[in-house]
Amino acid sequence: MSIAEKFYTMEYGAAPEDPKEAVQWLERHHRRFDAFIDGAWVKPAGGEYFETSDPSSGDPIAEVAIANAADVDAAVSAARKALPAWQALSGHQRARYLYALARQVQKHSRRLAVLETMDNGKPIRESRDIDIPLVARHFYHHAGWAQLLESEFPGYTACGVVGQIIPWNFPLLMFAWKVAPALAAGNTVVIKPAENTPLTALALAELAMEIGLPAGVLNIVNGGPSTGQAIIDHPGIDKIAFTGSTEVGRIIRKATAPTHKKLSLELGGKSPFVVFDDADLDSAVEGLVDAIWFNQGQVCCAGSRLLVQERVAETLYAKVRARMETLRVGHPLDKAIDIGAIVSPAQLETIRRMVDAGVAEGACCWQPEIPLPAKGSYFRPTLLTDVHPTATVAQMEIFGPVLAAMTFRTPAEAVELANNTVYGLAASIWSENINVALDLAAQVKAGVVWVNSTNQFDAACGFGGYRESGYGREGGREGMLEYLTPKWLHTLPPAPAKASDSATANEDDDAPASAGASIDRTVKQYIGGKQARPDSGYSFPVYGRDGELLGEAPLGNRKDIRNAVEAARAASGWARTTAHARAQVLHYLAENMIQRRDEIAHRLAAAVGEESAAAEADLSIERIFAYAAWTDKYEGVVHHPPGRNITIAMPEPIGAIGILAPSEAPLLGLLSLVLPAIAMGNTVVAVPSERYPLIQGDAYQLLDTSDVPGGVVNLVAGRPAELAKTLAEHDGIDAIWCFRSDEEATAVRAASIGNMKQVFTNDGHAYDWFDRSQAEGRWFLQHATQVKNIWVPYGE
Amino acid sequence: MAPKSALSTQNTHPAPVTLHGRSLEPNRRIPLNLDWVEEVRVNTSAVERRSLTHTARRTVKKETQAAWLLRAIACMDLTTLSGDDSAERVRRLCAKARNPLQRHLVEALGIEDLHLTVGAVCVYHTFVETAVRALEGSGIPVAAVSAGFPAGLSPLAERVEEIRRSLEAGAQEIDIVITRAHVFNGDWHALYDEVAAFKDTCGPVHMKAILGTGDLMTLRNVARASWVAMMAGADFIKTSTGKESVNATLPVSLTMVRAIREYAKRTGMAVGFKPAGGIRTAKQSLDWLAMMKDELGRSWLEPSLFRFGASGMLADIERQLEHHVTGRYSATYRHPIA
Repeated sequence: MSIAEKFYTMEYGAAPEDPKEAVQWLERHHRRFDAFIDGAWVKPAGGEYFETSDPSSGDPIAEVAIANAADVDAAVSAARKALPAWQALSGHQRARYLYALARQVQKHSRRLAVLETMDNGKPIRESRDIDIPLVARHFYHHAGWAQLLESEFPGYTACGVVGQIIPWNFPLLMFAWKVAPALAAGNTVVIKPAENTPLTALALAELAMEIGLPAGVLNIVNGGPSTGQAIIDHPGIDKIAFTGSTEVGRIIRKATAPTHKKLSLELGGKSPFVVFDDADLDSAVEGLVDAIWFNQGQVCCAGSRLLVQERVAETLYAKVRARMETLRVGHPLDKAIDIGAIVSPAQLETIRRMVDAGVAEGACCWQPEIPLPAKGSYFRPTLLTDVHPTATVAQMEIFGPVLAAMTFRTPAEAVELANNTVYGLAASIWSENINVALDLAAQVKAGVVWVNSTNQFDAACGFGGYRESGYGREGGREGMLEYLTPKWLHTLPPAPAKASDSATANEDDDAPASAGASIDRTVKQYIGGKQARPDSGYSFPVYGRDGELLGEAPLGNRKDIRNAVEAARAASGWARTTAHARAQVLHYLAENMIQRRDEIAHRLAAAVGEESAAAEADLSIERIFAYAAWTDKYEGVVHHPPGRNITIAMPEPIGAIGILAPSEAPLLGLLSLVLPAIAMGNTVVAVPSERYPLIQGDAYQLLDTSDVPGGVVNLVAGRPAELAKTLAEHDGIDAIWCFRSDEEATAVRAASIGNMKQVFTNDGHAYDWFDRSQAEGRWFLQHATQVKNIWVPYGE
Repeated sequence: MAPKSALSTQNTHPAPVTLHGRSLEPNRRIPLNLDWVEEVRVNTSAVERRSLTHTARRTVKKETQAAWLLRAIACMDLTTLSGDDSAERVRRLCAKARNPLQRHLVEALGIEDLHLTVGAVCVYHTFVETAVRALEGSGIPVAAVSAGFPAGLSPLAERVEEIRRSLEAGAQEIDIVITRAHVFNGDWHALYDEVAAFKDTCGPVHMKAILGTGDLMTLRNVARASWVAMMAGADFIKTSTGKESVNATLPVSLTMVRAIREYAKRTGMAVGFKPAGGIRTAKQSLDWLAMMKDELGRSWLEPSLFRFGASGMLADIERQLEHHVTGRYSATYRHPIA
């Protein structure tokens, strides 16, 4: 076409990025890559390689070594060997390595961007302007944390050897999100990039060699699920960090249940994109482009569920369709395209199948008449309307450029629909009314909320999900905590391996209790603020230290737990009471405890001895005061990410927490777990220790007289191991805390994968509940909350 | 359609004006609808982010880039609006308007048949006659900044009279300025009446309404003023006088362009857009063209609906085209000045 003709058509021509440098780099490696272990390229033990291909053409790019269990073992050994020297470095010394990595990434940014686009299929504009700059930013930010580690995280130490498994949608960015904080905290790493996109991580390995990163600190193994499995199963790994599907996250949880591996999981999402009738609709449309047509929609936090206020729905849909007509799908290395190639033919097929299923279920499917390249894996941007919450496409993650749209009538309904999902990763809220937007931001169950924007990321702002979107955060202070543990934890003696088979819970033992004053005291379950007889109709005897009968405790069963969980969920309004009000309630609880200290201590003495009972009673009063104090002092921070934004990092209660109290200190142990939970606004279903479950009688009398609203604390006595299973399996429980034997902790971890609830255990350690430095404070508050980051751009 | 006539830049309506497949009519005055003004929603941060992606998401290379730069010339109001303007200065500008590119570039680009000229020459009222004479036979219209440019604060009757005299002097386009205070005060009726009065005076002659966006400060003010000016019958809305401290920016332009799009959707009428001031480079011209193409479509890449108000930009475009032709970077002094 002549210039004169182009002057008339005014079409966009081709604007190809030259891949020469990246191709030369591939050629220098003879298009064949080994594992990166102990600072060197290592041939795979099994001698096998897999092919990685270019999604825009299907053509192979390079061969990459498949790491088997032996290779993973070598990598873990290298990481273990490197650990002492790496930890012996000062924070400053580690900071210099991270800084050097950031610099190298910047110096070679275009080669990395081109390589990423070749391997993944994402538009070069995105890898060039978003992925790679964020990679550098992440290393810079964490060079800072390495520098400040000793002063900002006193009393903390690295987890050890960290195994990391990352997805294919943001290959190098996820690599940076995983590796930077791990190294900054003083861990050594074994990381497995995704099978579809191994190349940029290998390029980064080369940069790590260039800066002289000590051998073994960073090890990179490639391969498929079996390689990942070898990492997950390896006993030499102290922590697993995973980003990927909820399905695989569940497998990881199950596999690691019998271990003390620390976990952080960043999983799937079906994030709502909520548009109110007072939104800037044109801007909301562009928000959708960034939400669901960014990276071909292959984004865990993609705004894939459009919820639009009925009044403006048709207007918005028309604008969206018009905008979709101007999206350009094309070769990912073209600098002027919006949507590149889907990562693999298999993913393309998944997307097709999901869209077909959506249409079969009644959705109206609309795609613009825009041209697609003849070759390669491409999918047109797609709008599905007439979608109902029941539809597969409204519930399941599609991981493609497909938007499912629904309408709502009121803000309350918007909240209901937004939260009507098993996921809770992100949300985007569009309204020009800050009251409306922030009200919804507070109510939506999501780890990241973007007001009038979407898919904004910064290393200083934590990222991670609620519910089945995983737990743990990446970025910011909370992200660093995922790679650190308190030093004192490692000094604790081991917890008992086995659950105690105390005689207390023997239901055959219904021999008539010997006469005594204690039998006149009836202890019941405490559910929804009311004393309730156990559903089972059974009680069990509780004996003192000397074998004397102290009384009878109700024998809880599944139904008691069910009722207690219902009561706990119904009391969720507790989270919305002010911190000051919660503090007042706790102070009042302490006041009443002071009044009744002697009688409680006296009864407890029969179970634990005079001295111990006195100490428990006194420390309990102090502990209540402590958490009353913390209630309005464990607060969030405000980040200042690039651009005109404030990001409010807000600790929020997790929801309903199941607590299995330790047997060592029946009163103090129970309170040490219940108090931080309720101080932060959670509601609780607690199972007191089998050693002295009668304590719940004292506890509920205190709660009843202290204005603790019904349902905030529910107490169910019985056999802890049995009740733990019901609690752990219950989808209405959002987190479960088990501070008992290793056996019980393992069972709780295994049973809790159904809704991916958060698990907090003693990890095989015996806590000293009388030692304030380990049994009270931030460590517990941190587990009682999850951080929600709300991005609020501003400017007129 | 004969190829020759189709290839003339002054054939300003090569195809019917359409938006999303719908034919549009030229703008006419409609009654002031205050609901449309009040319901304006503009989120500044989001508009800024979108503007940034306009430049990052789109680029044109090689022959396409050359063609787009020619398009920028065709849509250019070559402008001189300085206190030291003189008749000779205006004549020099007009000579450049007739021959925006050197002969050897025209030949090398193979665009002799385009008879490429700029879209218009834009001058103060005082120099309208000079410009009209200098452009005689070229088909290039003369645009006059009338109505108390740049502040627009002289008495209404005098501003109307100035327009009348510019028309008498041969101006074929009139760029008026609005009273910014009407926007600050939310005095939409006054603003509407003012623009309507100017348009009445202009009659069928194209009128561009300068909003003074650098003075209006907020994008919501810009959007509201755009709506009122369009309802009052402006043929074009234009960002700036070039005299404000901030002139045409992409966020301001996007806000106005979105208003034009929504207005077209509601009324079936097309309003043109003219960013002016601060656009100096060839690269910037491509950014704006891409924005017009993506936001409004092909029809808004014609001088009938899109103009750049610029003076220095032509020189940079010429240098870029020289580079396209020779592969060597050129220097400004090698191209005849305007």
